[in-house]
Amino acid sequence: MIQFDNVSKRYSSGHEALNRLSFQVRRDEMVFLTGHSGAGKSTLLKLIMLMERPSAGQVLVNGQNLKKLGRRQIPYHRRRVGVVFQNHQLLFDRTVFDNVALPLLIAGYHPRDVGRRVRAALDKVGLLKREKQSPINLSGGEQQRVGIARAVVNKPLVLLADEPTGNLDPELSAEIMLLFKQFNQVGVTVLIATHDLALVARMPNRMMALRDGQLVPGHEQSGVALG
Amino acid sequence: MVNLCPVMSNPGWPLAKTVSQRTSRRESGAVQRKSRVSDRLGAWRSHHRLVASQSLQRLLTHPLASILTWMVIGIALALPASLFIALDNLQQLTGGWDSAARISVYLHDSVSESAGRRLGEKLLEKPEISDFSYISKAEALAEFSTLSGFGSVIDELPDNPLPAVVLLQPALGLGSAEALEVLVREVQQLPEVELAQMDVQWVQRLYRLMELGKRVTLALAALLGLGVLLVTGNTIRLAIESRREEIEVVKLVGGTDAYVRRPFIYTGVWYGFGGGIVAWFLLLGLVAWLDGAVAGLVGLYDSQFELHGLGVAGSALLLLAGVLLGLGGSWLAVSRHLGAIQPQ
Ligand SMILES: Nc1ncnc2c1ncn2[C@@H]1O[C@H](COP(=O)(O)OP(=O)(O)O)[C@@H](O)[C@H]1O
Ligand SMILES: [Mg+2]
Repeated sequence: MIQFDNVSKRYSSGHEALNRLSFQVRRDEMVFLTGHSGAGKSTLLKLIMLMERPSAGQVLVNGQNLKKLGRRQIPYHRRRVGVVFQNHQLLFDRTVFDNVALPLLIAGYHPRDVGRRVRAALDKVGLLKREKQSPINLSGGEQQRVGIARAVVNKPLVLLADEPTGNLDPELSAEIMLLFKQFNQVGVTVLIATHDLALVARMPNRMMALRDGQLVPGHEQSGVALG
Repeated sequence: MVNLCPVMSNPGWPLAKTVSQRTSRRESGAVQRKSRVSDRLGAWRSHHRLVASQSLQRLLTHPLASILTWMVIGIALALPASLFIALDNLQQLTGGWDSAARISVYLHDSVSESAGRRLGEKLLEKPEISDFSYISKAEALAEFSTLSGFGSVIDELPDNPLPAVVLLQPALGLGSAEALEVLVREVQQLPEVELAQMDVQWVQRLYRLMELGKRVTLALAALLGLGVLLVTGNTIRLAIESRREEIEVVKLVGGTDAYVRRPFIYTGVWYGFGGGIVAWFLLLGLVAWLDGAVAGLVGLYDSQFELHGLGVAGSALLLLAGVLLGLGGSWLAVSRHLGAIQPQ
């Protein structure tokens, strides 16, 4: 589902964030991406979202070479990839329902389908009763779950998460991980970047470790749990 | 640049709540299953309608800031428009003066009426003259006393001081002013004639002045139009700046450029439209206010002249100008500033 072939990313500052990176994530997989701060985790996810373009090599998502997608096609690519990013949180000027509905309205869904889908997504993250509230009244963990609902409401093929448990205590973090696992079980490819090694250690999933823009070889196969 | 509305600035993409309310109403009716394509088209259309009405609602939630912008745009539109109206009225007033560009031939008192008419007939044979009329001494006096309002004074005069006149109507477009002047000099030489004089010069001067006025108005309209463009552009730029976070999220979840653009474009159109309406009312007030003064003036001159306002076509044009300038201004802001905002 996600394939990197010799991908390098050099920022205009001259810093090389990723260096000849190659790996694959299969359709049914849920994979953790770990590494120290500045290792290049966010950069890797941004390449998948076409928020950045690689300096060399190519990225394929669902068989589509992203190099071949022009500026105008980026929005349509992004509709098939759900994201939970730390600095693109909820919009506080509208209700939980409206936050989750945003991707559907953008994708041009007919109004009669929007309500049904939004409620289904909110139901999955256990926040159906909060749909009319403003996100500002929710706890951090609840806000994160609304963000996840927004990421999955459009039934994406791939779900990306950047530090989704960053500010949460271990118990809430485990809840969030369980949610990701459930989405993975219904066929969504999940890639989670985190520096929370303790959390990853408790999960059976594959882990990729980044160090200075390269994959750490030994780690690649550790803790493999297919299916 | 005028920093009009740092607060308003929320054009907003449609909120789903409104959408879902509509849906439930629609679903209660007999809903036929439509094709996917018409579904999409319907969604797109209803989205446009929603964005249009919601961007207006957002403007109305900050009434003070919006009214200020509308006033500025309205005044900028009303200024050149009022000059256009003034010119239009002047043109109507002077439209009748094409025929006032005529030659008055005053006859000696010794010339009889039949001799005067014969002179007229003779001059009519010239190609430069299209028509003539003879006004006898008595007619001239009668006309003068009704027009001047000095009727009772004139009645007291022992005899009629006014000469008989042959009025020559130059053929329109035939011969230049110089040719007519030559003709006037010729006529002046005739024995029956006391004085021949042409009234064309001041009419021409007036036309030149009006031509100048038209150019000044056009230049002013262009400048103020540019002003409206910049005011709208700047207001929309501030709106974009204050929605940066929202724009990033919309782009991240797959909003196309057109989708991101739309609420700002509609906001600009509303600014222009509102400005056009303000301008329309300003002009309405101006014309009403001047009408009284003009009516008094016109009464003095016994003219059929009536002050004309914008009319239907002019009003439509004014609103269209407002809308187009608002559209242009927002397009300017959107194409300059939206591209730079990307999710990081
Ligand atoms: N827009 C940017 N311009 C220049 N350098 C950047 C930019 N974004 C990230 N970097 C650099 O690239 C490296 C990797 O960053 P990042 O992918 O955010 O790492 P991580 O998410 O693993 O902490 C860091 O050294 C960071 O300073
Ligand atoms: Mg990061």
